[in-house]
Amino acid sequence: MRYGAAVALDGVGISVERGEMVALVGANGAGKTTLLNALSGMLVPSAGRISCSGRIAHVPEGRELFSDLNVDDNLRIGAWKATSRDPSPVYELFPQLQPLAKRRAGGLSGGEQQMVAIGRALMAKPDLLAIDELSQGLAPNIVQEISRHLVKLNLETGLAVLLVEQNARLALDLCTRAYVLETGRIVEEGPSSRLREDPAVQRAYLGGHLVS
Amino acid sequence: MSAFLQYLITGIARGFLFALLATGFVVIHRVTKVVNFAQGAFAVLGGFIAYSLLRAGVPHGVSEAIAVLAAAAIGLVFGAITILGNMTPVGSLITTIGLAILSEAIAMIAWGTTPLTFSGIGGPDIQVAGVFLQTQYLLLIGVSLVVLVVLWLALDRTYVGKGMTSCASNPYAARLAGINVKRMGLLSFAIGGALGGLGGVLIMPLFPLTYDGDVSLSILGFAAAIVGGLTSPGLALVGGLVFGIAEQFVAGYWSPANESAVALGILLLLLLWQARRHRSEEIA
Repeated sequence: MRYGAAVALDGVGISVERGEMVALVGANGAGKTTLLNALSGMLVPSAGRISCSGRIAHVPEGRELFSDLNVDDNLRIGAWKATSRDPSPVYELFPQLQPLAKRRAGGLSGGEQQMVAIGRALMAKPDLLAIDELSQGLAPNIVQEISRHLVKLNLETGLAVLLVEQNARLALDLCTRAYVLETGRIVEEGPSSRLREDPAVQRAYLGGHLVS
Repeated sequence: MSAFLQYLITGIARGFLFALLATGFVVIHRVTKVVNFAQGAFAVLGGFIAYSLLRAGVPHGVSEAIAVLAAAAIGLVFGAITILGNMTPVGSLITTIGLAILSEAIAMIAWGTTPLTFSGIGGPDIQVAGVFLQTQYLLLIGVSLVVLVVLWLALDRTYVGKGMTSCASNPYAARLAGINVKRMGLLSFAIGGALGGLGGVLIMPLFPLTYDGDVSLSILGFAAAIVGGLTSPGLALVGGLVFGIAEQFVAGYWSPANESAVALGILLLLLLWQARRHRSEEIA
């Protein structure tokens, strides 16, 4: 995968099993978003190939809602390729969205928008939910709230979740396993508990002011 | 009094023509963000095709239906040229102007420069409050109204309509959801073509069209669409009626020469008003 002369991704392979919650951490420009776009078929590789098994639903960075449509329509469009368009499972997961069903998505708070974005992805009935920058621009208590719902969903339904985060501390706390991506290559991989203690990871991603 | 009624009814009929064109602008813009200035060309080409078919002996109804389908096909081709190359919105707009000029050239070569018309559906004139009306007026108003309302409901209320709207709202997210954004764009161009063609075949028995008549039709259709901010089919209908009635009153009570000047004046005021509203929305 390359942009002009820059190789954005090179021989990256990751796996997330059913029931797992896995983190992909890395600095700005490491290739995290490119990897997600490649996996969800939004980018076509310049050379080599992308293979993935299972249906992936991608919650993009910045939520990317249909801001002029209401919450209900946003969710239902997420089911474009699915057989059922009933959004009630999403309202069960995020009850706070129910009263907002007829509200314009563009007018919601950041946290509510993130819930709609996750809900819209879930409407596609994926095998893997890949979330790009869950915590971006959100207050810590909102991130906590959404994370709680995600962990519950993961435990109850066994849905595989891939969290792509700059906020490595959050990602390592939520997930059991993690990959570290640097300039298009996986440089570290293992259980979160080990990566949290790894000096190189600590220096690069968990040290001082670098982590919000 | 009867002159007033005459202008009013003619204005309403013209208004529905503009509303059909305006809705073409709205549908294409809602799905692709492209402002398609070849919209008037669909009407001229559709009308001319119906004219030739009728002259060849194809019966009424069939001729018009074929002409509308042909206009839809022309719309599809124009759409393919405009949106498949990943142009910027400005690039696409210029492309549509180029396509409009191209279709004028084709229309001139194929049909010549004299204004063309054909007789509409027959039937006796109807008398309304002392004014004699050709049945064609009622046909134009009735068919347009049904088509516009159905399309409006389809766009705003159905799942596919919302999917189409989502393409312009956020093309990236629409693709993520699995929507084929390019195909939706082509569909919108085909609908725009059919709407233009329908306007052409319905208006030609009442107002002859010339090969270069597309420019004023595009401008008036665009002006009507601007009333609804290029997104609302309902307001586009209101806009169409305002421009149609204004045009006929100016032509009737003042001078036909002032028609376009007044229409362009109203358009200018609308654009200024829109720009103001946008700015205050941004500040708020």
